[in-house]
Amino acid sequence: MNLTLKIWRQKNNADKGDFKEYKISDISKDMSFLEMLDVLNENLSEKGEDPVHFDHDCREGICGMCSLYIDGKPHGPQQTTTCQLHMRSFSDGDVITIEPWRAKPFPVMKDLVVDRSAFDRIIQAGGYVSVNTGGVPDANEIPIPKSIADLAMDAAQCIGCGACVAACKNASAMLFTSAKVSQLALLPQGQVERKIRAEKMVAQMDAEGFGACTNTGACEAECPKGISITNIARMNREYFSAVVSSDTL
Amino acid sequence: MILDSKIPEGPLADKWTKHKFNVKLVNPANKRKYDVIVVGTGLAGASAAASLAELGYNVKAFCFQDSPRRAHSIAAQGGINAAKNYQNDGDSVYRLFYDTIKGGDYRAREGNVYRLAEVSVNIIDQCVAQGVPFAREYGGLLANRSFGGAQVSRTFYAKGQTGQQLLLGAYSALSRQVANGKVKLYPRTEMMDVVMIDGKARGIVTRNLITGAIESHSAHAVLLCTGGYGNVFFLSTNAMGSNVTAAWRAHKKGAFFSNPSFTQIHPTCIPVSGDHQSKLTLMSESLRNDGRVWVPATVETAEKLRKGQITANDIKEEDRDYYLERKYPSFGNLVPRDVASRNAKYVCDEGRGVNETGEAVFLDFRDAIKRDGRNVIEAKYGNLFDMYMQITGDNPYEVPMMIYPAVHYTMGGLWVDYNLMTTIPGLYALGEANFSDHGANRLGASALMQGLADGYFVIPYTIGDYLASNSADRIPVDHPEFKKAEKEVSDRLQKLLSIKGEKTVDYFHKKLGKIMWDYCGMARTEEGLTKAKAMIKELKKEFWTNVNVLGSNEELNLSLEKANRVSDFLELGELMVDDALHRNESCGGHFREEYQTPEGEALRDDENFAYVAAWKYLGEGQEEELHKEPLVFENVKLTQRSYK
Amino acid sequence: MSWVSKTLSSTLGQKLLMALTGLFLILFLVVHLAGNLQLLFPDGGESFNKYAATMASNPFIRVVSIGNFAFILLHVIYSIILTRRNKQSRPVAYAVSKASTNSVWASRNMGILGTIILIFLIVHLKGFYYEIKFGSVPMTSYEGVEFKDVYAIVANAYGNILYVAFYVLSMGFLAFHLSHGFASAFQTLGLNHVKYSPLIKKVGLGFSILIPALFALIPLVMFFQN
Repeated sequence: MNLTLKIWRQKNNADKGDFKEYKISDISKDMSFLEMLDVLNENLSEKGEDPVHFDHDCREGICGMCSLYIDGKPHGPQQTTTCQLHMRSFSDGDVITIEPWRAKPFPVMKDLVVDRSAFDRIIQAGGYVSVNTGGVPDANEIPIPKSIADLAMDAAQCIGCGACVAACKNASAMLFTSAKVSQLALLPQGQVERKIRAEKMVAQMDAEGFGACTNTGACEAECPKGISITNIARMNREYFSAVVSSDTL
Repeated sequence: MILDSKIPEGPLADKWTKHKFNVKLVNPANKRKYDVIVVGTGLAGASAAASLAELGYNVKAFCFQDSPRRAHSIAAQGGINAAKNYQNDGDSVYRLFYDTIKGGDYRAREGNVYRLAEVSVNIIDQCVAQGVPFAREYGGLLANRSFGGAQVSRTFYAKGQTGQQLLLGAYSALSRQVANGKVKLYPRTEMMDVVMIDGKARGIVTRNLITGAIESHSAHAVLLCTGGYGNVFFLSTNAMGSNVTAAWRAHKKGAFFSNPSFTQIHPTCIPVSGDHQSKLTLMSESLRNDGRVWVPATVETAEKLRKGQITANDIKEEDRDYYLERKYPSFGNLVPRDVASRNAKYVCDEGRGVNETGEAVFLDFRDAIKRDGRNVIEAKYGNLFDMYMQITGDNPYEVPMMIYPAVHYTMGGLWVDYNLMTTIPGLYALGEANFSDHGANRLGASALMQGLADGYFVIPYTIGDYLASNSADRIPVDHPEFKKAEKEVSDRLQKLLSIKGEKTVDYFHKKLGKIMWDYCGMARTEEGLTKAKAMIKELKKEFWTNVNVLGSNEELNLSLEKANRVSDFLELGELMVDDALHRNESCGGHFREEYQTPEGEALRDDENFAYVAAWKYLGEGQEEELHKEPLVFENVKLTQRSYK
Repeated sequence: MSWVSKTLSSTLGQKLLMALTGLFLILFLVVHLAGNLQLLFPDGGESFNKYAATMASNPFIRVVSIGNFAFILLHVIYSIILTRRNKQSRPVAYAVSKASTNSVWASRNMGILGTIILIFLIVHLKGFYYEIKFGSVPMTSYEGVEFKDVYAIVANAYGNILYVAFYVLSMGFLAFHLSHGFASAFQTLGLNHVKYSPLIKKVGLGFSILIPALFALIPLVMFFQN
């Protein structure tokens, strides 16, 4: 396959940035999208040009490090991570536009690399059960209905890639935040801090500058792990019931 | 130097309890006076950083990824072992200990492995309390499965994403301590060197991957939780960023490196599809529970297959060779990883490989689907089949999967004593970065167990023993040793940038990987290893004269990051070859063709090689010095593994 | 900041207000439609004029109507606050976007739809509410009792084809607004459940077609009756 790539190039956070066009040839259908970019970078390096910087690590679709807004969609045309996207999803002669995630809380650091530490700060605000190591009850002490454990697992599968934010017209982080709120609200272990968690995580999400939710469902449609927006509804319930009933003023 | 493993005296089952009582404690009010650096935020790093911060120490946690949640522990699929015996099927701490020692082909310490089995039960309790959504039965209790050929069901799992859920649990505990102000996080920061003052590890030098800033961090102890070095092979199931740099730089400062050649090659990975391949993807070995491994019986049929003249489904039953079932009638397709991998290599070497490259065997679900129905198979392996389809474009419900072994885990690592301290006082190694618990071969679902055991339940006790006997005085980072280390780091980076040769970094990495795979992979010979050593030396020389590293240090620079890591892989590769060459026996993942039983199985030499090889770095261009820590087996009888 | 103002300044609190006011306005649509359908009774506007008189005099209705205005205002104000915030959350737009593959058009354009409906509302209130309340309305009497002949004003307005076209078109936009807004309000309130959500979605869709269609029917019928 021969392709034309329009890639966002930006030297650093302060730089304005612009698209640059690259031609690339002899791409095999069996390559992953990132392997295609590896080939481009190897070509650029050989010519002494700065390779295109993009985030990636596990290349198995689980670490959540890869991003890229490919041809108008986060992680490209398939509902998967960019590292699991293969070139057989494209055709010879295609022009592919590659942009970084766009959101105020995700500043571009270089080319296609963005800073997603806002997600870490949302988790730090309350995405945990406050138990120290040791001194916990036996793992089978509290039975958990299988259906509840499965629902919690569905929410817990979030890989924190940020595709939900990238897909949302409002750059909202509701799906990400609600996945963690849901997981812990469903499990008995999360009950003790249930109210304070919802309040604090939502407050942090807002403080980071993410947009509000318009319930378009774009996040769910693009989430590579298929996290459902029922989690957003659950977080809304959690939040509303927390603000009217918690002891915090 | 005599290597003192500090294994406590006394009966096996009492060692850890006794040790916990005997270690010195740091007074609760004094803990805040001590600073601890944790490098790496995988299972070992995140659990250690969180647990130490909970105790009151000041922790600084470093990772090269953009978030601690992305460390490669996240990719572990199958599960985590624990001797809970919830299934009432005869499991016990002793049985888990025994299985692990035997599985490691008797090249691990009894004391360490017993402790691992002992604390395994606490890990599950801890994770459940954190909200890790393990799989459950309809009655609400935890589900278990048998894994990797174990005779008991002791593996806890969360779908096929156990590593992810455990890591997110540890990450949440870490995040809580960040919010409490007890842990300071340094993402996108790579450790470049250990700083030694008065013979002790007192800090590290790091590079900020965004700005290129070289910075020093001072502490009273340094924990390396930096994972394994499988990427020395270029192609492995490791993440792209996984590297040996932190461990290797520590090694060059005096930490002994143990059993570097002990590498685990996982049998069920998706085969290489071409030169563009950047990494390999593992598929859970649970697939071997129902899939049948085979290749064509003759080279002629295999050739037709490779040329695309026939397809797998055209090959008649009598023309198929189910070689594992044929050679190992009792274990069949469920033989341990090393045996399954080696046999795949043999049939492919004979010319019976099944894909275009000739390096693949079939894993066929036809009979299982016929027996149980597609729905049952889909329920068990649906997500794995989907993943396979996504990557290869083939539908495993209709055509057999193709698999081939790939480098997966490294049992070797920094030498540590029972306290997890390296030969440098104050420098610890946890998780895959150390060598301690898996011997020459790691059992399935044991990596997660070890990472969390080290971080949650071992280091919080043993670090106190060291810190309590050291003053709490802090050393400022303008100390001459820090300045010196910073300069060394900068000079090395500048040197890489100034070569301006003609070859890219990947060119060298791929070449090194091929040498390692061909000569220091699944089967090794003296001749091949000797050849490999010369080739690596040559490649290293070429690297330092002809590599082209683009850009400058003061920016996000992928090319420089890679070059820095590959320069260390080149040195490690040579040591791995030395280690494989000196060990004139076969054990676990280390298979020397000269040393095998008449049936082609690994032949150990317990008389001469029942020791841990610990290598000491002597200086640039010098051969490393071998030290031996004898392995004493007081509780288990050494036997030959047999899976016939 | 008190917990109330803190909640109302959070995105979730503001969304809650949007959902609650939206649902109230949905209810209002039903009541309003029920009354207006009397315009189609073949009695020369008698029942409609009587109904209008009741609406104007009943104290409960007057309170509700003030509430109704307040809710419209709140719905508009908070939509402006939220839209501004949402715009700021993505300062640099994508060069290429295929949003149509992951969401429906109406859900992404509630602001535009809402603005059009607001313009309609202003014209509508000016043309009828303001005229009836403060303008000079012809009188009519039934069984000796005097009534404002509101029907005449309506009939007059709906004699104008441009006016009718504007009404019908506006109801189209209302339909789109409701097609997302109805189910979305339930989702925002957290009322998402495997058993009931499919039903809510279906009812929402039916509602968003039926109610605006009936509203649009009135000017059309009256235009052709003339």
